[in-house]
Amino acid sequence: MDSKKYTRFFIAALIIAGSLTALTRLLVPKYMGQVTEGAFIGEYYEDKSSHDLLILGDCEAYENISPVALWKEYGITSWIRGSAQQLIPQSYYLLEDTLRYETPKAVLLSISAMQQIEQVSETYNRMTLDGMQWSDAKLMAIKNTMMPEEHFIEYVFPLLRFHSRWSDLSEDDLKYYFHGEPTTHNGYYLRADVRPAGEFPEERRVRNPEFEAKGYEYLDKIRELCDKNGIKLMFFKAPSLYPVWHEEWNMQIEDYAGTYGIPYINALKDIEKTGIDFDTDTYDGGLHMNVYGAEKVSSYLGPMLLEAGLQDHRNEPELAVLWKEKENRYEADKAAQTKEFAEKGYLAKYAGEYTH
Amino acid sequence: MLLVSYQFLLFLAVLVILYYLIPKKFQWILMFTAGLLFYACGGPGGLVFVLVTVLSTWGLALSISRIPKGEKKRKSLFILGLLLNAGILAVLKYTNFFLQNINTLLEPQGVSFSYVNWLLPLGISYYTFQSVGYFTDVYLGKTEPEKNLGHYALFVTFFPQMVQGPISRYDELKDQLFKGYTYDSRRIRSGLLRMLWGYFKKLVVADRIAPLAITIAQAPEGFGGIWVWIGMVSYTIWMYSDFTGGIDIVLGVAELFGIALPENFDHPFFSKSLAEFWRRWHMSLMRWLREYIFFPISMSKSVGKLSQKARKVFGKNMGRRVPLYIASIVTWFVTGIWHGASWNFVCWGMANCIALLISQELSSWSKKFRKTHTWTESNAYGCFEVVRTFLIFCMLEMFEYYPFSSVFRLFVSMFTEFDPRQLIGGALFNMGITIQDFTILILSVALMVWTGFVSLKTPMREWLSKRPAWIRFILVYGLFLCVLIFGIYGQGYDASQFIYNQF
Repeated sequence: MDSKKYTRFFIAALIIAGSLTALTRLLVPKYMGQVTEGAFIGEYYEDKSSHDLLILGDCEAYENISPVALWKEYGITSWIRGSAQQLIPQSYYLLEDTLRYETPKAVLLSISAMQQIEQVSETYNRMTLDGMQWSDAKLMAIKNTMMPEEHFIEYVFPLLRFHSRWSDLSEDDLKYYFHGEPTTHNGYYLRADVRPAGEFPEERRVRNPEFEAKGYEYLDKIRELCDKNGIKLMFFKAPSLYPVWHEEWNMQIEDYAGTYGIPYINALKDIEKTGIDFDTDTYDGGLHMNVYGAEKVSSYLGPMLLEAGLQDHRNEPELAVLWKEKENRYEADKAAQTKEFAEKGYLAKYAGEYTH
Repeated sequence: MLLVSYQFLLFLAVLVILYYLIPKKFQWILMFTAGLLFYACGGPGGLVFVLVTVLSTWGLALSISRIPKGEKKRKSLFILGLLLNAGILAVLKYTNFFLQNINTLLEPQGVSFSYVNWLLPLGISYYTFQSVGYFTDVYLGKTEPEKNLGHYALFVTFFPQMVQGPISRYDELKDQLFKGYTYDSRRIRSGLLRMLWGYFKKLVVADRIAPLAITIAQAPEGFGGIWVWIGMVSYTIWMYSDFTGGIDIVLGVAELFGIALPENFDHPFFSKSLAEFWRRWHMSLMRWLREYIFFPISMSKSVGKLSQKARKVFGKNMGRRVPLYIASIVTWFVTGIWHGASWNFVCWGMANCIALLISQELSSWSKKFRKTHTWTESNAYGCFEVVRTFLIFCMLEMFEYYPFSSVFRLFVSMFTEFDPRQLIGGALFNMGITIQDFTILILSVALMVWTGFVSLKTPMREWLSKRPAWIRFILVYGLFLCVLIFGIYGQGYDASQFIYNQF
């Protein structure tokens, strides 16, 4: 090949790579509208501070504990790496991923996902896995948790997965083309609307209450990884009234925790102690806490976390400044939502009024 | 392994690399192994039937060639081979159709046979016809038998053509398959370009228009008048882009390995008559049917005798017509039933047969008309003929997807209930396609028509090669992006089978 050909080839390769990257960026979902869960995992990389506590799990993790409340009351620095229907294996790989950046002193693992070890929808997988930066942890997370109908190559080249969004592009896709806005408060999904707990559908019968072996396999992996890195592991069950957390499941977690000396904090059994009022502290009828409920759960957790060895950092000036900023944004968001809810009786963004 | 799957593209990439890395003399072995692997991916059970066909046609052809012509044993072996292979095809593909008809007949007597759930090997109609063609050629002394079982097995299991044709002849392929090739970047580029064009037709056009065509075709009671027109045209576009798209991929893949498979289409929608159309559509099948069904029947002794009798009773003209009529009816019956085990396909075949025979009867009148009316030589009249042929083909297709009892009513409704106002208010976009899909379809079909026009004079790739490099790049990369963005594939997409895989 002569130099002219080399130049042509180089220019063509540049155009191809550039246009494909640009198209990918345009077509991948931005998760800035009604559904923001897909943006949660990626937000971790934006935060450059370290965290003493890493909270892992599904919606029970990212909707029921407020890191800002933990800071305000106890000076505990924390981040939630949770996403919708996040599987226990995915929590393991997110722990591996987190260890590339920092070593938290403690990990609080929401164990509700033990009852659903295989993914139920590809959408959930994408929301968790697409947010991860490329690493061995991400590779293994994809390989070991993708559904049979999914293709690995579609994770490597998301354009192959999201190409059909060309007909659904909205203003958001241009507005957030380069960068999205923060959707969480250290991984916490803040909701200030209120919907009292009501009646739930009939309890589903569990044919086989035994957790699957794969769940235990990854629980072991999480435990071993924590041990290896000197991290204190704790289990957590959120005070969600539905889906029902069966006693058979609870006993299995208690057994496992007992066997390995892992503290198991079951807030569901401590409703009185948490002070949760299901008339005011839930935004979806008792499934998840709103910000008032999450703050109560955080207040309840704080002493146990300090007892487990976490420190109060409120006297450290640098951290105090950093967390003051977080606190301000948190309070502003909370106040805005509270005001909107008081005026309208609902939050427009989550009621489908968000048009982008 | 579908031609539109990631697995296939990976399989192909690895195979092409290996193909040009190994010594030429081993290339055919690699292709044979790849063929088996490709086929086994669709279910190892089907492979057994393929191997039975390979072994029986190869062994019997070799035996036949050793028996002098005229000996009874030669004919017996030939019939045995035909019965065995046609029998496998008939039993596997048509047993349920047969049982369905028996059940319909015996239902009043309260007799009912349960249906069978047998494996239908992928592409059985293609590889059976290809093997039987070879076998017959050997019997007729048109081709030398292949002594090497591996060589012959590659001919049958050459993976690009195995599931949807084209149906090749052994004498056309044998020299190409085994001679070995060195890497040639031009050939690779050319093959990839043809594949890309195939993927465009399949993923952007065929799979996009399919919901519209299927919705209308499956509800004959609900859609009359203008919807029949829309269904008819969309079904034809769907079928054409699906089938030719698949064939482009197949020919492009074969080209990557240096093999030029026979063309299957020659601008059929530029035909000016139905007879011409059928010479330019699915050419390899039509050639096969002509050579192995039509000619043998029309020239057979028994048909000759019948022709003579007809000549005596009904006159010279009728006697001359008998072989043509009998051979046409049988050929089109086989064409219909080959396409699918249902009376719909048989009716469609017979409808084509009748249309062709009528046009044959009218040909002398047509010639006279043309001589006396010089305006029939104008371009405008040529365009009229092209449109007329297209519409006749589309209308005959109605027998394929509508129940026989509805075809004539719906045909009449095309004219008596024609009311474009039914489309006002976006009714079209409640039929499985959106307005965006519709826009993409219009542009894509326009592109296909334009390339069709261009390639009438110069093959498209040759036309492209004469453009400056930057224009070539824009056009090819643009096409690639179209497939990538507008193609119907990936998660949520049912990796739909090519329609012609099912035959």
